[in-house]
Amino acid sequence: MTDTQRAVDGPSSTPHLVPGEVTATSAVFYPAGGTLGQKLRLLVGPLAVFGAVIGVWYLLSWRYLAPLLGRDGGAEAAERLRNTLLPYPHDIVQESFLNGENLAELVGGLWLDIKLSFLGLAIAAVIGITGAVAMSQAKWIERSFYPYAVFVQTVPILALVPLIGLFFGFGFGARLLVVVIISLFPIITNTLFGLRSAEKGLHDIFTLHGASRWTRFVKLQLPASIPAMMTGFQISAGLSVIGAIVGDFFFGRGERGLGNLIQFYVNRLQPEQLWGALAFSTLLGLFVFVMFGWLRTRLTAAWYEGSET
Amino acid sequence: MNASAGSTLVFDSVGMVYPDGTEALKDISFSVSPGEFVTVVGPSGCGKSTLLKLASGLLTHTSGSLSVDRDRIGYVFQDATLLPWRTVQKNVELLAELHEIDQAERTRRAKEAIDLVDLTGFENHHPKRLSGGMKMRVSLARSLTLDPSVFLFDEPFGALDEITRERLNDEVLELFALKQFAGLFITHSIYEAIYMSTRVLVMSARPGRVIAEFDVPFGFPRDEHFRFSPEFAELSGQVSEALRMSYA
Repeated sequence: MTDTQRAVDGPSSTPHLVPGEVTATSAVFYPAGGTLGQKLRLLVGPLAVFGAVIGVWYLLSWRYLAPLLGRDGGAEAAERLRNTLLPYPHDIVQESFLNGENLAELVGGLWLDIKLSFLGLAIAAVIGITGAVAMSQAKWIERSFYPYAVFVQTVPILALVPLIGLFFGFGFGARLLVVVIISLFPIITNTLFGLRSAEKGLHDIFTLHGASRWTRFVKLQLPASIPAMMTGFQISAGLSVIGAIVGDFFFGRGERGLGNLIQFYVNRLQPEQLWGALAFSTLLGLFVFVMFGWLRTRLTAAWYEGSET
Repeated sequence: MNASAGSTLVFDSVGMVYPDGTEALKDISFSVSPGEFVTVVGPSGCGKSTLLKLASGLLTHTSGSLSVDRDRIGYVFQDATLLPWRTVQKNVELLAELHEIDQAERTRRAKEAIDLVDLTGFENHHPKRLSGGMKMRVSLARSLTLDPSVFLFDEPFGALDEITRERLNDEVLELFALKQFAGLFITHSIYEAIYMSTRVLVMSARPGRVIAEFDVPFGFPRDEHFRFSPEFAELSGQVSEALRMSYA
């Protein structure tokens, strides 16, 4: 419960990321140029950390947890408890990914969440970009709507979910709404920021040579907004996955997404599969984040001063 | 001082008061004819940039009268103000594009302008990969595509190193010799002011007024010898003194 809550609140507290701030991560995910050898060398660090974490995991699980729990009750009870708290990584792989039936269940959940987060993100993009464009063109539109955009962002999504359930039921549409709400704000703010980012001197040139509002928008404001807009997408992409899983988790009925499965495995005390579901949802989040980061680099690396050559 | 008939740019007792009440310019009168290159020096904040904004029509004056032939206006800012997502070629084409000139003509003019500022071979570079001096050249080329009859320069080379700056000064003078536009050039540097111009105006602190005017009676082309001649030094002394008084 608290973990899910943190996952929801965490990213929301940093809705606005200026373009370029993601570049520290980019260095890992999109190494610039270089030979294959150099690229592989960049992977050494992250792999070493991964190995160390797995090592500590085994150590905790086998060396400390098992004997500690084994003090009261028999060896069998100890084994069960250890498994519940921190199962061995190989057991997780065995139970979640190598068992055909369990894997099918997880992949089914994953597929539902992929559909939810991608479709939700697409809807949020259309609404968010349209909204930001409208706000950038008329001050009164911004004054009228922006406070509510902030409202949608700040209202705790967990409080909204039951209401959404009451109004719209527990199906795909309701879950989609949760995804759209959670991923809307970063797209609006970042796009708006981007549309305003063209420097005054450039605006002066367009004014001087009699450019129409449309020309100014298409040839100046829109292209200037791309880097920030892409940063917004990247943040929202991560949030959309969280939204899909939170939606599943709280609706708890209908088709099973990873969120439902997580709750299901908790109730049934199936820690291996719980960890498997966690791994899948994290991988999905990571995948969309990397994908949009790649897209952003593709679109802006040639010209944007803030991105690496 | 009187507005002459053949001038492309005439300020007649022009004053400018900003909406917040700041009086930026007061009773400014001067004119620039084709084939004249006028430079303006003055203390920071004396309204030199406002002068150009009025001339270009970005701002409207509040008193006096002003006449400028704005059909073909060139305006080079302190920054190169290039569109970062466009290549050099596409940046240079921008103004012709805004004036809805067709693509073939646009390409032709851009090529010619790029040639004039010695950037041939850099057409497909983005501004990100150019030095400060090269960016200013692109900015110059962009204005050249409209073959300006009035060419405004707002301290364009202030941020560049001295050698680059002197080289660009010479390039602007070459263009001036070739095109015979009416030039109005703002600068902080007395040496640049004298080297570039046929006439130097010295402005007072705010509200800006023209407090001194010097003819620079030397022909073009100019070169290093001119920069280090006794006449140049003499004139520099006079302008410098007038400028010092403007601060008082």
